Amino acid sequence: MRNLEEFREFYHQSLMPDLVELEEQRQEAVQKLLTTLIPALALTVILAFLLRSWGDVPLYILFLSIPLTIFIFHSYTKNYINDFKERVIRKIVAFIDTHLKYTKQDYIPKMDFQRSKIFLQSPDCYLGDDRVSGFVGTTKIDFSEIRAQYRTRDSKGRTHYHTFFHGLFFAADFNKNFAGRTIVLPDTAEQLFGGLGQLLQSWNMSRPQLIRLEDPEFEKLFAVYGDDQVEARYILSTSLMKRIVDFKKAANRTLYLSFVDSYVYVAIAYGRNLLEPSIFKTLLAFGPIQQYFEDLQVAIGIVEDLNLNTRIWSK
Amino acid sequence: MGFMIAVIGIPLLLVIVFYNSLIGKKNQVNNAFASIDTLLKKRYDLIPNLIASVQNYMQHERGVLNDITALRTKAVSGQLSDDDKVNLNNQISKKLAGLFVAVENYPDLKANQNFLQLQAALNEVEEQISAARRAYNASVTDYNNAIEMFPTNILASAMNYAPKNLFEIEDNERKNVDVKELFRK
Repeated sequence: MRNLEEFREFYHQSLMPDLVELEEQRQEAVQKLLTTLIPALALTVILAFLLRSWGDVPLYILFLSIPLTIFIFHSYTKNYINDFKERVIRKIVAFIDTHLKYTKQDYIPKMDFQRSKIFLQSPDCYLGDDRVSGFVGTTKIDFSEIRAQYRTRDSKGRTHYHTFFHGLFFAADFNKNFAGRTIVLPDTAEQLFGGLGQLLQSWNMSRPQLIRLEDPEFEKLFAVYGDDQVEARYILSTSLMKRIVDFKKAANRTLYLSFVDSYVYVAIAYGRNLLEPSIFKTLLAFGPIQQYFEDLQVAIGIVEDLNLNTRIWSK
Repeated sequence: MGFMIAVIGIPLLLVIVFYNSLIGKKNQVNNAFASIDTLLKKRYDLIPNLIASVQNYMQHERGVLNDITALRTKAVSGQLSDDDKVNLNNQISKKLAGLFVAVENYPDLKANQNFLQLQAALNEVEEQISAARRAYNASVTDYNNAIEMFPTNILASAMNYAPKNLFEIEDNERKNVDVKELFRK
């Protein structure tokens, strides 16, 4: 794994030339945006003012201008964002590990997301980007940003979308063979209600049987469900439980894991866009670039954090 | 009338629920022990192959190999109490661990594909056995809690249920394997 010092050096030596060029492109895009949007906005306001006696018409004009603004914004910044990802994110991924492949518009297939059984809802809207795949040592990994939403309809027939997961979704082939499923979820019930929470969890009918593990720190943070008591403990060895606790503390985010058919899935909730540049912020500051590096490092580091490259078993 | 049904019915229902949950917990413990047994058998099956593949290389470790074979023969002979089973297997684990440390002295063996596969398979079974023991301990804890906690303890004492022992790692198992000691013979 790369450390921050190495990254700083890489930043100055390899990324800087790209960043300087991209910064120019960014400023051009901002200028183009402002010279289009400000007059357009002024025109809309004037038009609405002039037609104020026409009943609801000014309101419609203002209402219509919103999607138009979004469209203009998107089409003016698209090239910049694409170039940024191709030139900067791709380079950072290669810097961390040259065996990894980066595809900016691809994402983990919905089938894998559902196979993980982490979330009970089936997503009605499933989108993502920034897929990274390949081998870290002997472990095959695959991850991307994912936003999964389900749909509801209220009494007036209006459709609403609710995001139930937005963050990083990671899949890797696990170093032990197993056939069943073991799901590790954040333990909200036990944190709120203590022992009573555990009783409530054991009544959770939508999940397989509750598995009580002996590591108290792990138990406090997670609730584990699985098909097989022995297999769950075979996967969640005492050392892996410790590693998961450490990983959770270091990442400091809501963490979900599942182990299905010799695969491990990790979902980390971020609630913000990952690896996305902001058009209104300068590229020449180290801070945001460091953030991209760290976000990628968290995902790629899972292999090391969970010790997936130790292959002393028959797999 | 309704009152009478409630007075008799509710306590009766509670007794049935507690009784069944105790039986369930006891069976869970037996079930957990059986799964350890299955895994131990899996290990017994691997041992002859292991011995066959290493004995040509490890001329100096004859004694240990013979010991392992003897322990295995005793273990598969059947008619052992649970405690004996546990003891025998602790010994087998210790000897195997020592054997794998000694392999370091045999570079040819370390490069042997067949041996490496067996070693991986044994590591796997070893890890599964330890998982099964933890599962056993978890169900024993669950069972012991039920027979010591109110109100199920009343019923448990009427049913003559006694607390069961947890699997404990023996002291000598906790220490690092002393290879010299193991091969002194």
